[in-house]
Amino acid sequence: MKSKYKNLTPDPSPTERGVIHPTAPPLSRRGGLGVRFLLFLSLLIFSFNSLHLSENQATAPKMNLSEYGFFKGNIAEQKPVDGVVPYALNTPLFSDYAEKLRFVKIPEGKTVTYNSTEVLDFPVGTTIIKTFYYPNDFRDVSKGRRLMETRLLVHEESGWKALEYVWNDEQTDAVLEVAGETKEVSYVYLDGKKRTQQYSMPNLNQCKGCHNRSEVMTPIGPSARQLNGDFAYEQGTENQLVHLQKIGLLKDMPNLKDCPKLAVWNKPETGTLEERSRAWLDINCAHCHNPKGPAMTSGLNLSIHESNPTALGFDKSPVAAGRGSGNRDYDIVRGNPDKSILIYRMESTDPGIMMPEVGRKATHKEGVALVREWIKSLK
Amino acid sequence: MKKILVCSVLMICLQTGFSQQNIQKKIQTQLIMAENGSIVDLEEGTFTFSSSLSMEDKKNIIIRGKGMDKTILSFKGQTEGAEGLRVSNGENITIENMTLQDSKGDLIKTMNVKGITFRNVKVEWTGEPSEKNGGYGLYPVQCQEVMIDNCVAIGASDAGIYVGQSKNIEVKNSKAYHNVAGIEIENSLYASVHDCESYENTGGILVFDLPDLVQKKGGFCKVFNNHIHDNNFPNFAPKGNIVASVPDGTGILLLAANNVEIFENKIINNKSIGTGIISYFMTEKPNNDKEYYPYPTAISIHDNDYQRQNTRPTGRGRMGLMFRFKLKFGKDVPHILYDGIIDPQTLDAQGNTLADKKICVKNNKNQSFVNIDAEHDFKGISRDVSKHDCTLEAIKLVRNEK
Repeated sequence: MKSKYKNLTPDPSPTERGVIHPTAPPLSRRGGLGVRFLLFLSLLIFSFNSLHLSENQATAPKMNLSEYGFFKGNIAEQKPVDGVVPYALNTPLFSDYAEKLRFVKIPEGKTVTYNSTEVLDFPVGTTIIKTFYYPNDFRDVSKGRRLMETRLLVHEESGWKALEYVWNDEQTDAVLEVAGETKEVSYVYLDGKKRTQQYSMPNLNQCKGCHNRSEVMTPIGPSARQLNGDFAYEQGTENQLVHLQKIGLLKDMPNLKDCPKLAVWNKPETGTLEERSRAWLDINCAHCHNPKGPAMTSGLNLSIHESNPTALGFDKSPVAAGRGSGNRDYDIVRGNPDKSILIYRMESTDPGIMMPEVGRKATHKEGVALVREWIKSLK
Repeated sequence: MKKILVCSVLMICLQTGFSQQNIQKKIQTQLIMAENGSIVDLEEGTFTFSSSLSMEDKKNIIIRGKGMDKTILSFKGQTEGAEGLRVSNGENITIENMTLQDSKGDLIKTMNVKGITFRNVKVEWTGEPSEKNGGYGLYPVQCQEVMIDNCVAIGASDAGIYVGQSKNIEVKNSKAYHNVAGIEIENSLYASVHDCESYENTGGILVFDLPDLVQKKGGFCKVFNNHIHDNNFPNFAPKGNIVASVPDGTGILLLAANNVEIFENKIINNKSIGTGIISYFMTEKPNNDKEYYPYPTAISIHDNDYQRQNTRPTGRGRMGLMFRFKLKFGKDVPHILYDGIIDPQTLDAQGNTLADKKICVKNNKNQSFVNIDAEHDFKGISRDVSKHDCTLEAIKLVRNEK
């Protein structure tokens, strides 16, 4: 039977150029550098074609992280050159206990515009740099670390673009990776116990799984509320917003006392139990669970700005949770974390149940404990 | 010239770059690199994946296997990502000629796609139906121009074919069995479900409107010429999900749905409810969504063929309790059940339902009806269908006219 939807059938004759033939004879993985190079070449041309870049608009992704020149000396030491500014967030996303180093490079002569609720308005040409690593021993950082990956968010004329660089085992450089990678990692945690786990690095599509506002690639972390805290710069410790303003990078910033400040999830002196839980949920969940994010279909909004109790999950029935419901009726049941779907999904490591869906293989026990305590305290 | 170079580089890259063990990376790379307007061909064979596949921001792409049960993508033992395949933010995407199996969560989820076609696709959880199976087989959500043709869905712990918060939908020539819900249309506008066979599920075809969602209101749905039979499978949905309250033995269930026309279906041997028309109050769940409309209105059920064996309805669940202790039909279960909870706003001065809001039941083979008067603790239960002997204007879909 012929389709009655005329415009449902895609172009019936995709051009020959686009047809991809995966009839590849298997080859061993020892293809090594040559393969990487070809992949890189094809990526170059791919970006050239499909993103419609013109020469002066953007530079093609570089194959190695070192080629960008973000760092001086031994790149593994992650010492930024002048013009690349380190920063930290008050409450960061949990990423399987990996630690993170964050930097931002603003193009010469440009400034960032202050925004009181969303991520700061970074000018075209900005690169946000984030390196994930594990200390060999969390109790003693002098025992060294293993860098896993460096992610770049590059602000081009056409919008933000994500790039993923995976650190080599020799820790001499990180190499562009399109399709993602998984590596085993071992470290000694704060409790003195050795942990071994699989560590996953995203493919380029997965970046947008989280960095997505109304299907537009968007940074998540560097908002005023997240940056409103101290950072130990080489020149001394200073509030990050004040520092950015002082070095002339941040404009339109109000008085510091009028800037929002997000609680630090594990520092009770920075906020109440509720404030710290909401901060944790904001950074760990609200990149998807907001009205413009990929989880908008669920009706659950865990953003720091949400005030409707049902949208926040209180006595809210799940929509498409499937077995993620764990036989519980509501997302959050006041006073009863063990009846709350939210906790069930935060605790699980089953890919069909757990939240967030990507970027985590371990349970964030300390984060779960915080949100549990908060739900328990509610009446 | 540039294009030839692209093609050859891609081919060299793909032909030399990947080992058989690394099929995951190979196919994922294809999905990332696929140029708009291209076909991503998948070979015949069974391929196993440890994490989800995804495609983003593409136009005019066909993802094509060598045939249902010939190209098999298995997600058994998946360790990462909830879905099997996820497609987001695209236009004119077709997925055809393949089987996907055993993902941890949904098998194929497509979100924000304008023009999504599933053709000759089987989605299944192998083995006995289990609450450990993923939720949805085919799961387009917030999509437009959805076409599901000649697909098969088996074993979903929620719905085999589920269209949510979407617009302009056609589901046809498809089969769904051993799911909790065979086919479900939820908070969606302008859907037609026809020429499908939905059997041995807990519920055959569901049309639901639920609160607290982005696309608030569905409606204008036609369900016709389907064979909906033997949907008596015990409900295995995890509690908390709305379908967990669907009683086994349900043929068609309309929950807070508006402007739905059900006609020329064969609705056979569904032991509890041939066709149910209920308001959201029957779920006994709280509703704090002020924009939500919990009543079913403008429903027309005509020219269907009903049959059932002389057997008792389910005794399971809340509905089972209701059958056993309130309705007490014995084995003489009416085919069409209406909860009788009426929006007072839809009544005229005489207390009659406004013509365009009526529930109409007419000209069905073996027609039998009950209004259970749930609003008054079932006190006014009545099998009198005369109040519902009416005809509504045929539902007009934007694109699809029968």
